[in-house]
Amino acid sequence: MTDQIPSKTHQTQLRLDYLAKGYASFINRLKQLFFNGYAGLVYLFLYAPIILLVVYSFNESRFPTYWTGFTLQWYRVLFDDHLVGAALKNTLIVATSSTIISTIIGTMIAIGVERYRFRTKPVVDGLLIMPIIIPDIAMAIMLLVFFKLIKMNLGLYTIIIAHVAFNISFVAIIVRARMATLGTAMEEAASDLYANEWQTFWRVTFPLLIPGILGGALFAFTLSLDDFVITNFTSGPGSTTLPVRIVGMTRRNITPEINALSTLMLISAMTLVPLSLWLQRRAKMS
Amino acid sequence: MTVPAVELVNVIKHFGDVVAVNDVNLKIEDGEFFSLLGPSGCGKTTTLRMIAGLETLTSGEILLRGKAIGQTPAFKRPVNTVFQNYALFPHLTVERNVAFGLEMHKIPKEEIKKRVAEALDMVLMGDLSRRRPNQLSGGQQQRIALARALVNRPEVLLLDEPLGALDLKLRKAMQLELKQLQEQVGITFIYVTHDQEEALTMSDRIAVMDEGKILQIGAPQEIYEHPNTRFVADFIGETNFLEGTVSDINGEAIDVSLDDHTIVKAHSDLSVQKGQKVGVVIRPEKINLASSGMVEGKVLEIIYIGTDTRYVVQLKDNTSITVREQNLNSTQANKYKRGDKVGLNWDPANAQVLKK
Amino acid sequence: MAIEPRTRRERITLGVLLSPGLFWLIFFFALPFLLIFIYSFLDRGKFGGLVWEFQFDNYIRFADQLYIRIFIRSIIIAAITTVICLLIGYPMAYWMALQPSRTRNTLLLVIMLPFWTNFVIRTYAWRMILARQGQINQLLIALNIITKENAPTYLNTNGAVILGLIYIWLVAMILACYASITGLDRSLLEAAQDLFANPVRTFFRVTLPLTLPGIISGSILVFVPSFGAFVTPDMLGGGKADMIGNLISQQFGEASDWPFGSAISTILMVVMLFGTLLYFRGLRREKVQS
Repeated sequence: MTDQIPSKTHQTQLRLDYLAKGYASFINRLKQLFFNGYAGLVYLFLYAPIILLVVYSFNESRFPTYWTGFTLQWYRVLFDDHLVGAALKNTLIVATSSTIISTIIGTMIAIGVERYRFRTKPVVDGLLIMPIIIPDIAMAIMLLVFFKLIKMNLGLYTIIIAHVAFNISFVAIIVRARMATLGTAMEEAASDLYANEWQTFWRVTFPLLIPGILGGALFAFTLSLDDFVITNFTSGPGSTTLPVRIVGMTRRNITPEINALSTLMLISAMTLVPLSLWLQRRAKMS
Repeated sequence: MTVPAVELVNVIKHFGDVVAVNDVNLKIEDGEFFSLLGPSGCGKTTTLRMIAGLETLTSGEILLRGKAIGQTPAFKRPVNTVFQNYALFPHLTVERNVAFGLEMHKIPKEEIKKRVAEALDMVLMGDLSRRRPNQLSGGQQQRIALARALVNRPEVLLLDEPLGALDLKLRKAMQLELKQLQEQVGITFIYVTHDQEEALTMSDRIAVMDEGKILQIGAPQEIYEHPNTRFVADFIGETNFLEGTVSDINGEAIDVSLDDHTIVKAHSDLSVQKGQKVGVVIRPEKINLASSGMVEGKVLEIIYIGTDTRYVVQLKDNTSITVREQNLNSTQANKYKRGDKVGLNWDPANAQVLKK
Repeated sequence: MAIEPRTRRERITLGVLLSPGLFWLIFFFALPFLLIFIYSFLDRGKFGGLVWEFQFDNYIRFADQLYIRIFIRSIIIAAITTVICLLIGYPMAYWMALQPSRTRNTLLLVIMLPFWTNFVIRTYAWRMILARQGQINQLLIALNIITKENAPTYLNTNGAVILGLIYIWLVAMILACYASITGLDRSLLEAAQDLFANPVRTFFRVTLPLTLPGIISGSILVFVPSFGAFVTPDMLGGGKADMIGNLISQQFGEASDWPFGSAISTILMVVMLFGTLLYFRGLRREKVQS
């Protein structure tokens, strides 16, 4: 059989094929390398500013610019800063209370809107979506104007009210999404197994909604911690929160104290968020 | 006469403008395995859900052992359902899933434990009680769903295409098992399916539904051998349909003249008149091929399918007739060739006349 | 499936579920919203108060070149931000979608982490980096590209504002594109290649059109907040790159002209609502077609 002993031309052909294949895989490698490098650059862009921020919190100089030496003194300055301490306390009060209130109210309205059909539903839907669409600054000034009109003193209460006003929508959206994926099959099964509405809700619907509710609460908490604009316009003397404080500090003079504060906030966000995501996933699994 | 386990009286269900169930009347006897069979959208699932109480009635009444339950909410009906996708609670263990209904009835803990164990043993799932539903296979979930319903000892068990999500082999095995289980517990089963073979295999009686109406109710053999409409004949197994006019009546033996004046012999237990336009239904396996016969045509197609061979025969008026011949010996399939002239014969008792 | 509340009990349940939320949204959102709208037709008093006199002057005043310029600048800055985010974000999302599914979740988490950290901090970081004595200039001096004496500042420019906005919103674009790219049916791409389309053609004829919804929602997610931005132009623009958000803020601060501020807010909200409405309409059409 001639097939078993490749002819000269056949051999050349084979070699050419091999070369072509090698070339193609080389090009593919190159493409992959280029692509990976690109992704690396994007990650660098996202992380470099944060890393620099952290590095310069340890800078000896009173400016977070030229590196002069390592120190922890800015953390000491930070811990002695009463204004920052007060701002931290305010931030936690606002975030916690607005999260609790908006999670309860938002979950309730989500269940009502998702479960029932009623004539004014489009209005309620619109009212729920609007605070998400409208820019912070517009929401901030409308609340400022409103609080002034009803002669409410600006302070922690007004901030909490404002935060709840935008958080309800986010909680409701997340809980509704969870409800929609659940559908009605589980509730029907429960009522088929002799559970009345109340029992169905507490034994079946609510436990199954928990991942969505937790997700909504987490989102609300983060938004509340993050907010500067609305807080800035609805806060009064003595009710400054951390973001407002930071912006205030950058307006006067920039020192590594801001970096130190930012570093601590970064660390807490970077540990808390993955942790809560993990908890959420566990809740969803069970 | 005993009181039927379930009775539907003039049951109608509208969804907006759509009529899902259109005036259904039904009596299901105690201990019966009853199937609602029909294509998707025929109203069979809606009917089942109305019996369960998951869907309200637009009008009509449902009686459970003679008691009207049409307005009773689902959770107060002594009826349980095995749902199409099982609807097991993902946040509860298998054990807690099965115990759910008993817990709602505030049955003592000890008894719940005992009955749950019994129910799980009955479906051969005793050792999986601590698992969660998402750790089980489809077949196992199906068994748990069954146990969860049966543990409550319902007066009627409703099953909504419970085997639909399983693969063919498992489905066949479960069909037999379900049937045995039903005989063992003696509970009335109402079974919704679109699979005619499944319905024929398992049921004591079948109701064939289409477009919200029940077309025929009867035992599997009756439905198969004596379909009362062309739809039922078509839906249950393969069938041939000839059209013509009644030319002679001799008791139940009827002669039907086709459009090309060929006379075919058929049978009817309905009263028909001479000259009336009728249809004749005849199953492929009831026709014999010969060199000449009652009806003649030529072989258009020969399809060999192992156990038997299917011949498509074209008649003079271009209607096609399918004939199935069992392959009793290995050369049987070579008996006829494409284009051969053949005759078709059948026992008139096997050809059913339908009114048009 | 939603059900009609039929019994009295169900109606009460629905009322109880809805009323706290409705109360909050009506009192602390709808009413203030209406208030701003009404204020936008009033006149400013001599010392910053309100004169209850209905007129259109505030809207007419907005047509002034000064304000129109800020309005247009806001649109341009938001548009450039959106386009650059798309150009950087889409390939990045594509790259992430190509990774093995095990590493994908980690990559996603790593992308999202900066997103979850306070955006005031993230903006501050750029303020530090872009300053005359900041790290960018330090790098350039070290590379002998510039000298310490003629080092420029990058702060207080349109470019700094755009960079800051990109930094904050890029992740939203990546996530939106990523969602639609991973949702893509791989067999469609294989089908395209089977039908003799080369990779480039496959991308432009199949991948891109099919991931268009992701591109659109990503663009909206970036454009809308960029257009209404306030903190970024405030911290990185330093009054030299004011956007419409800063203009509003000034009316409630130094300028103390609430009616005019209300009018600008109303214009801003109308633009936003109109844009979002168009987006939803587009989405619905997309859905109908598929």
